[in-house]
Parts: sequence; C-alpha cells; structure tokens
Amino acid sequence: MKILVTVKRAVDYTVRVRPLTDGSGVDIANAKMSMNPFDEIALEQAVQLKEAGVADEIVAVSIGNSGSQDVLRSALAFGADRALLVQTDAVLEPVAVSRILAKITADEAPQLVLMGKQAIDDDASQTPQMLAARMGWAQGTFACGLTMGDAEVTVVREVDGGTQTLALPLPAVVSVDLRLNEPRYLKLPDIMKAKRKPLEVQPLEEMGVDVGTKTRITHYAEPPERKPGVRVQSVSELIDRLVNEAKVL
Amino acid sequence: MAVLVVADHSGGTLADGTARTITAALELDATVDVLVAGEHAQSVAEQAAALNGVNRVRICEDAAYAHQLAEPMATLILSIIDEYSAVMAPGSTQGRDVLPRVAAVLDVAQLSEITRVIDKNTFERPIYAGNVMATVACDESTQVITVRTTAFEPAASGQSALIEAVPAPETPVAARFVEESVVRSERPELGSAKVVISGGRGVGSAEGFKLLEKVADELNAAIGASRAAVDAGYVPNDYQVGQTGKAVAPDLYIAVGISGAIQHWAGMKDSKVVVAINRDEDCPMIQTADYALVADLFDALPELEEGLAQLKAQ
Ligand SMILES: Cc1cc2nc3c(=O)[nH]c(=O)nc-3n(C[C@H](O)[C@H](O)[C@H](O)COP(=O)(O)OP(=O)(O)OC[C@H]3O[C@@H](n4cnc5c(N)ncnc54)[C@H](O)[C@@H]3O)c2cc1C
Ligand SMILES: Nc1ncnc2c1ncn2[C@@H]1O[C@H](COP(=O)(O)O)[C@@H](O)[C@H]1O
Repeated sequence: MKILVTVKRAVDYTVRVRPLTDGSGVDIANAKMSMNPFDEIALEQAVQLKEAGVADEIVAVSIGNSGSQDVLRSALAFGADRALLVQTDAVLEPVAVSRILAKITADEAPQLVLMGKQAIDDDASQTPQMLAARMGWAQGTFACGLTMGDAEVTVVREVDGGTQTLALPLPAVVSVDLRLNEPRYLKLPDIMKAKRKPLEVQPLEEMGVDVGTKTRITHYAEPPERKPGVRVQSVSELIDRLVNEAKVL
Repeated sequence: MAVLVVADHSGGTLADGTARTITAALELDATVDVLVAGEHAQSVAEQAAALNGVNRVRICEDAAYAHQLAEPMATLILSIIDEYSAVMAPGSTQGRDVLPRVAAVLDVAQLSEITRVIDKNTFERPIYAGNVMATVACDESTQVITVRTTAFEPAASGQSALIEAVPAPETPVAARFVEESVVRSERPELGSAKVVISGGRGVGSAEGFKLLEKVADELNAAIGASRAAVDAGYVPNDYQVGQTGKAVAPDLYIAVGISGAIQHWAGMKDSKVVVAINRDEDCPMIQTADYALVADLFDALPELEEGLAQLKAQ
C-alpha cells in the first residue's frame, strides 16, 4: 500500500512573526524555517505503518520554493522512500495547493493521504478537506488515533466536546492532530541515507495547474497591543484589584 | 443575494457559536438564512428561528445528518448554494471540517476564522498564531467563511422566523460513524464563558485540577488548559486553549502554572483581563499578564477560593 504525505515548509514554531512596518508582508526573510509540526506527525504515522508492514511505500510531497528541498530531505530521513517538490516562489492559497495535490494524488494513486491538520503560518486548516472533496473521497480530520483495515481506515478525531470515531472507505484523506504520536528524533545515519534517496523537482509552470484565486491579502498589521500589566503582591491584592480596578468580579 | 449560516448543534441544543456567526453574517448582508441539518432537528431549528435577524431557517432532517459528517453536510450545502453569495459557519471543529469541502467543489478560496467584517469584500483574520492580523480581499463568486466566534457577540433571541424543509440529496462517498465520546459539562462553554481559569503543566496532575475546579465554582467559570496539561492527560483534549485548540475571549482569564508560549497566547490574547499565577517571574505569562502574581499555585489557589467565597458572602 502506498501512502502520500504532504509536508509544508513553514516558519519555525518558536519564531514570533511580525508584520513589516509598511504592512506589505511579514518579516520572515531571515527567520528559521522548519517542517510544519503537524506534518512531522503525519510522517511519523506513515513510517509507523510501514514498520508495521501495512504500508510499503511512502511518498513525501511539498509545494514551495527551493528551500522546501530541506524539509523533503528531512522527510526522507524520517523514512519516506522518495520525495517530490513542486517548485514555485508564489505563496499559494490552500485551494490552489489542493488543485496541485489533486493532480499528484491522481497520478500517484495512493490508498491514503496523510496531512497535517493545519499549517502554522496561514492557520487555514483547509487543504486536507479540499483535497478529499476534489478526489471525491471521505475525510478524517484532526486525527488522534488511526487503525488501518483492509478496506477501511478507522480514525479517532478530536472534536469539540470530546472524540469521535469514523471508518473511512479507502482511499481516503486523514489530517492529523498533535496527540496522534510523538515524532522521532532524526539520527545521523538516517540523514546520511536520505541524501541518496530520490528527490524529484518539478517546476509548477510545467504542471499545467492554474493557481490563481480571487482572494488576496492586502495588508498585514500588528494585533492590538496590550497595556503593560502590574505585579500584585498577594491573593488579597489580586482580588481587590479585580473588583475595584478591573471591575471583572 | 443572501448569506447562508450553517448551524452547529449537538444534543438538541444550538451552539452559542451559531448565534455569534449570525451576527457576523448580518454585518455582511441583511438577509441571513440558517441551515439546520440533523436526524431530529426541529427543536434546534426553532432555537435558530428565534434569533433576531434570521430571515428563515432551512431544515433538513435525515439519518444521513445524525452526526453532521463532512461529506453529507457539504453535499447538502452545495445543493442550495446557488441561492447564496456567501456561506458561513462557526470556526468550531464542525465548521472547519465541512466548509473547505464546499469551497473546493466551488473551486474558491476559503477564509478561515475571520475576526472582522470590514466591508462586503474585505475581512480580517489572524495568521501566524495571531501575531499578525491580515486584511483579506475576497472577490470569489461565492464567499466561503468560517468565523472566530469570540470576536462577535451572539445574536439575541425574541423573534420567530419561518422554518422550511430542504430535501436531502444523495451523498456518493461518506465516512461511517462508529462511536463518539462526548463529555457534557455543567460548566459554561469555554468559547462563551465570562470567566475562564486554565491550568498548565505546573498544575501537575488531574488531582491538581480539582483546585482549579473549586475556584471555577466560585466564579461560574469554564476550565481550560495548555497543551502540556492535555498531553499529560490531566484534562480532556477539548480543554486545550491555543493556536491549535480553542480560542477564548472572556472578561477574565486566569492562567495557572502556564508559561505563556506563543501558541497558548494565540488562543486567549483577546481576553479583556488576564491574570497569571506562576512561580517563575521571568516566564512570558507573568511578563504579559494584566495582573501577575508570582506564587506557588498550590498556596495561591486555596487562598483565592477562600477570598472569592468571602467576597460572595459580603
Ligand atoms: C504546532 C504546535 C501547536 C501548539 N498548540 C498549542 C495550543 O493550542 N495551546 C497550548 O497551550 N500550547 C500549544 N503548543 C505548545 C506550546 O508551545 C507550549 O509547549 C505549551 O503551551 C506549554 O504548556 P505549559 O505552559 O502548561 O507548560 P510549561 O511551558 O512547561 O510551563 C509550566 C509553567 O508552570 C509553572 N509552574 C510549575 N510549577 C508551579 C507551581 N507549583 N506554582 C506555580 N507555577 C508553577 C512553571 O514556572 C512554568 O512557567 C503547541 C506547540 C506546537 C509545536
Ligand atoms: N505548500 C504545501 N506543501 C505541502 N503541503 C501543504 C502545503 N500547504 C498545505 N499543505 C498540507 O496541508 C496541511 C494543512 O494546511 P493549511 O490548510 O494551509 O492549514 C498542512 O499541514 C500540509 O500537510
């Protein structure tokens, strides 16, 4: 069984991103970049399925600029068998990414596509559901548990109020949440081995996919600033201030 | 044209997020219809019809919608979408699951978790864990939007709009529901509570959260948590506040034993007043809170409970 895993290169989660002062973009030219954390979890799940003998091939796919080769190399070090970069310098809306992924998914014909539930840069949480809809497949979003059967994959989902378990006919798309697993640390021998694994680069222009949308960001701003706070010395002072100053009690 | 709001409901109760989404929808267009789908959804439809500003409620009752799964829900929305210029849903796990399928079939970009309607084609939404607010121009043929519900007040109720049935279309491929484990709490909902008290890794155990519960009882507060507390199993996953959990914006947010990582701030930074209780005076939560108490939480929480009880008695 073949599994496709999508990996996005995003600003590292430890970086506090700021808008440029003229509001034309975000100040990330020199920021540390990493694999979107949720995509590491998706990869870890795929590798576990391969180790369990359920999957026999893992293909990692990324859409982004040449820097995305780094995250694909990490994906190969994790245990992906080969990688595909659709190279573009454009920043794409999730719907445009889903058009590209639909084409790749149709070509690769995997039984399962594993994706992160959310990219931590655009915080959209859309692409997996969009890919599932385009393929006409069922989806299991926000997965914190996954069991492969012969014709179905069973997914435990984190939902408001608790969890929900669904069985999806294969092929299917699953988007993963934080508590699905703990991604492994990459070991040096694996990183060395990854250098010899195939990484194909395909320019977006050669794919014949229109990535235009009628949606665009026109301005980037700081969120409203909070007033500096005060240090209280005791619980009674805290209560007093909440009653008399903040008037929230 | 009109805006369609997809109702979020469970256990026969319309979610508060729907009333807030209606407020956002009314800022976009004067005509707002609400779609209620479920197996037995009449009472939910009546709750939606009572919300001021609702033009009409469209109800679809069928076993296919018993759990409002994404595939049948998207197919149903698409069957009536031609009548609308925009479709909106709360940015709950439900809305986030369903709407992107609708957007993909329409082949339009979706806007996730808007915090402001600036005009008919311009919206505001947070990106990068809320560290940047993006102004987004959306000229799609149909606007597909989820709403950060804490950014909008709930529509009041008092009227009674028309309720009309919609036929259920066939859904080609769908997930099969197996089971769910939903805990219903006596406390107010996290997303709409006036006071939220959240615990982090510092609380140390599920037992430790009992101290928070006692304070929450005094304040009629909802209980939240950091990712670390959820991962450690102190509380269920749906308590998680943050970039990848729930967004809250109460009048008062009390963070106990939480260090204040970017991802946690993302979910509570719109709270009016933030209190931090932490023994590390250098942690970001203490640095940024409106009222910071540097103390051991195991001393501070019982004192707080007692002080609040005295306040109530006065
Ligand atoms: C992709 C991604 C998404 C994430 N999403 C979220 C999210 O949605 N929400 C979220 O919360 N986090 C999220 N995180 C995790 C986040 O980065 C932090 O790791 C997490 O918020 C830390 O939780 P904490 O503050 O409880 O734990 P810690 O950072 O370990 O802080 C514990 C605090 O407790 C204090 N403490 C300990 N004992 C006591 C005591 N006796 N009395 C008083 N204080 C005490 C310590 O001083 C410390 O400040 C995410 C991370 C990633 C990578
Ligand atoms: N440019 C991209 N390249 C590869 N995967 C992507 C890309 N954009 C989104 N994804 C996948 O879709 C998930 C959700 O992203 P989003 O819908 O942008 O929040 C991510 O976790 C990735 O797995």
